Amino acid sequence: MTLMFFMIHLVPGDPARIMLGPRATPEMIADISMRMGLDQPLVIQLIKFLGNILKGDLGVDVLSSRPVTEIVFGQLPYTLWLIFSAIFGAMLIGIPLGCYSALHRNTFADRVTGVISVACITAPSFVVALYSLLIFAVTLKWFPAIGAGEKGDFFDQAAHLVLPAFAIGISWVGYLSRLVRASMLEVLGENHIRTARAYGLTEFTIVYRYALKIAILPTITVIGVGMGFLISAAVLTEVVFARPGLGKLIIESITTRNYPVVMGSVFISTGLFVISTTISDLVNASLDPRIRDNL
Amino acid sequence: MSDNILKIRDLSVNYQTDRGKLKALRNIDLDISRGSIVGVVGESGCGKSTLITSIIRQLDSNADIPNGSIEFEKQDLLKLSLDKMRNISGTQLSIVFQDPMSTLNPVLSIGRQMMDIQYRDKTSKKIKKQRSIDMLNKVGIPDPQSQLKQYPHELSGGMQQRVSIAMALQAGPSLLIADEPTTALDATLEVQILKLLKELQEEMGCSILFVSHHLGVIAELCDHVIVMYAGEIVEQGSTYEIFNNPAHPYTVKLLECDPASISKKQRLLPSIPGEIPDLTNLSGGCIFKNRCDQSIDRCDKQTPKWNEFSNNHYVSCHLIES
Amino acid sequence: MKGVIKKISSDPLGLIGLCLVTLMVISALGAPIFAPYDPIQLNIMERLQGPSVNHLLGTDQLGRDLFSRVLFGGQVALKVAFVTIGLALIAGIVLGLIAGYGPAWLDNSIMLLFDTIRSVPTIMLALAAVTVVGPSITTVIFVVAVSSIPNYGRIVRTQTLTLKSKDFVKAEKLMGASLLRILSIHLLPNILGPLLILASMDIPTVIALEAGLSFLGMGVKPPTPSWGSILNDGFTLIRNTPWPIIAGSIPLVLATLGFTFLGESLRDLLDPKLRKLL
Repeated sequence: MTLMFFMIHLVPGDPARIMLGPRATPEMIADISMRMGLDQPLVIQLIKFLGNILKGDLGVDVLSSRPVTEIVFGQLPYTLWLIFSAIFGAMLIGIPLGCYSALHRNTFADRVTGVISVACITAPSFVVALYSLLIFAVTLKWFPAIGAGEKGDFFDQAAHLVLPAFAIGISWVGYLSRLVRASMLEVLGENHIRTARAYGLTEFTIVYRYALKIAILPTITVIGVGMGFLISAAVLTEVVFARPGLGKLIIESITTRNYPVVMGSVFISTGLFVISTTISDLVNASLDPRIRDNL
Repeated sequence: MSDNILKIRDLSVNYQTDRGKLKALRNIDLDISRGSIVGVVGESGCGKSTLITSIIRQLDSNADIPNGSIEFEKQDLLKLSLDKMRNISGTQLSIVFQDPMSTLNPVLSIGRQMMDIQYRDKTSKKIKKQRSIDMLNKVGIPDPQSQLKQYPHELSGGMQQRVSIAMALQAGPSLLIADEPTTALDATLEVQILKLLKELQEEMGCSILFVSHHLGVIAELCDHVIVMYAGEIVEQGSTYEIFNNPAHPYTVKLLECDPASISKKQRLLPSIPGEIPDLTNLSGGCIFKNRCDQSIDRCDKQTPKWNEFSNNHYVSCHLIES
Repeated sequence: MKGVIKKISSDPLGLIGLCLVTLMVISALGAPIFAPYDPIQLNIMERLQGPSVNHLLGTDQLGRDLFSRVLFGGQVALKVAFVTIGLALIAGIVLGLIAGYGPAWLDNSIMLLFDTIRSVPTIMLALAAVTVVGPSITTVIFVVAVSSIPNYGRIVRTQTLTLKSKDFVKAEKLMGASLLRILSIHLLPNILGPLLILASMDIPTVIALEAGLSFLGMGVKPPTPSWGSILNDGFTLIRNTPWPIIAGSIPLVLATLGFTFLGESLRDLLDPKLRKLL
């Protein structure tokens, strides 16, 4: 799998002018250019940037002059909580559902689950978010509509997590259940399962210890790679629910032309993605010795 | 007739396919006496796989058994609940499959799999582990202690098959079914595995139902041979009788076509002309009639009955009347 | 073609998909005909009305007819979807061919490029681009196209690589067949089918992406209607009236559902064993 670090290429167009907007005077541009080192040749800037990254320095916020790293990492936990609750919730429901469908294929329950799964996958998560907001928060008032809850109050924060995590997680439930179903059906048809049955192993052992262990591998890969989508979905959901987090940070930074923060956030999210694919590869390797030996 | 541990009577199996009802097995009668090695020989499509799958009750969902019984140790397997069957599978009745690589679970260690099949035993892990090691020793695997931690793909084909045999014989079954266990191995390995099976059989006294399309192997290993063709048993008898006095035209042809039996140089290799009949669309009469070069009128109309050709040697052919 | 349509119709989900897609395409292409009002026509007097005979889906906060906006929004969605995927396909095929057939260093560089693109979550990439060049449809199209290129490029590359090592290709090369001939006769016919199916399955994703970006205000510029921007308006009005949200979401969901069902049906139709490839 890919373990690549990438370079954020500075996009064409004078970044300084862009940052300051159309009303910038030449003096302001010159000032900021110097401050941010933008007047130096592009190559040098790039090298400096990379060097800084390795040192853990992502630059400085244009407006408040605080280090970008500090700002981004401050908001990151909210997003992480959201993503993890969404995906764990989806796994908790989706995986057993997929197993059940595989074991009872072509029954009514299986077909119904199948159609619902497809529907779940296709509805864009921010639409689900909007509707959840509309129905559960605004109209029914069952859950809070805004923010992340009081710091330190676990239940309040949890309550604030429910709807956003649901919005993101619901499409994953559908996706995971279909994936697990397909993998399980494939594995259950393989020869070694036939052997296991011939040895009289219990259905439970066969399904959950012998088959699932193999069938779960593609699911884990998918989740690892899905971090990209999860992050994207989180961005939209945070806006809908006015939750603090990476998404909200980026959107605000864009409107204020806060270039370094945006770049920093993008970089961090990419890093997250790389980390998650690596972790999923490692998990797979621990489950399947054939992968281990090929690494 | 000595004590029969397996008695199949009038077994028929149909598959529901797109083209109609496929009659894979028709009125099979088969006996296996305690301690004997019975070989089932026949070309692809003759029904040997279906026969085995029926015995271990792993038929696909589109299969249906309109009639017959499979009596194993005086119990009709077809009437047993799945739970009871599960108790028998792997203990009194076990099986070794053809391709060892795909037979063993790739993500679990050998040791794990060998321990798992002992799950019904309430003894300690240590005892189970020791049993596994003893078994691996028996099948000739060097340094079994460390092999327990190995994964199937880390072993060679021959070793994998030995492990499969170890697992099958672990519980001391009275019947071992071997479904073409050496077909996927090269010739030298084949000889070794056969030798192993013979030794173990003598030592443990179990019966073996050995399925193969390789005549030489059958001749080498088995006491008793059953010849199958297109879902029926056409001839059965002792190994000596079948190989030296084949009676059914199909058996005769089969032996002629076996490359091992060719002693003179020939330009053309012998083969049996024609194809297996369409099992969804059977007309009456003998199943072999359209490939038989000795067929008579009766073969078209009547299904032949079992006739005793000689001592303990039965044939299903109109040409053999007792 | 007729056979294809017939087969799709026999699968219930495929039939639904086909109907929905047809509905969407017709309503989008025929928006100027079907729309009762000009979508950007302000009419403050009639703002925030619920559905009525005059305004099938009600009006938004500036009095614009939502139904008309929805129809024209369909044009945006279709335009973005087809242009984006078209661009990505072409670029992907070209790059994939080069990577597969060319020298190893070129292959490695292209793959590095692909991997880089794939590591960035698409929305992030879009947001970054928007930061610099400002929101617009062109930006959206460009960014989404770029981020989709690796999907197609990798498949083309793999197939090219496999083809390159096949004996019959080596034989042809020996006989002097040109690169173009080999690629066009052997590779493209085989790869085009699965690629198109893959592309058609990407359509709902792209539509959703455009809607998402417009929702964030990073896509189309007001007052151009896009389903996403309608939802954006609806979002700010969520406590007043649910209708803009309903108006914006229904076509979006129906379109994504429709294309997804259709795409899946097409895929199942073509060859179940393609599932592995895709």
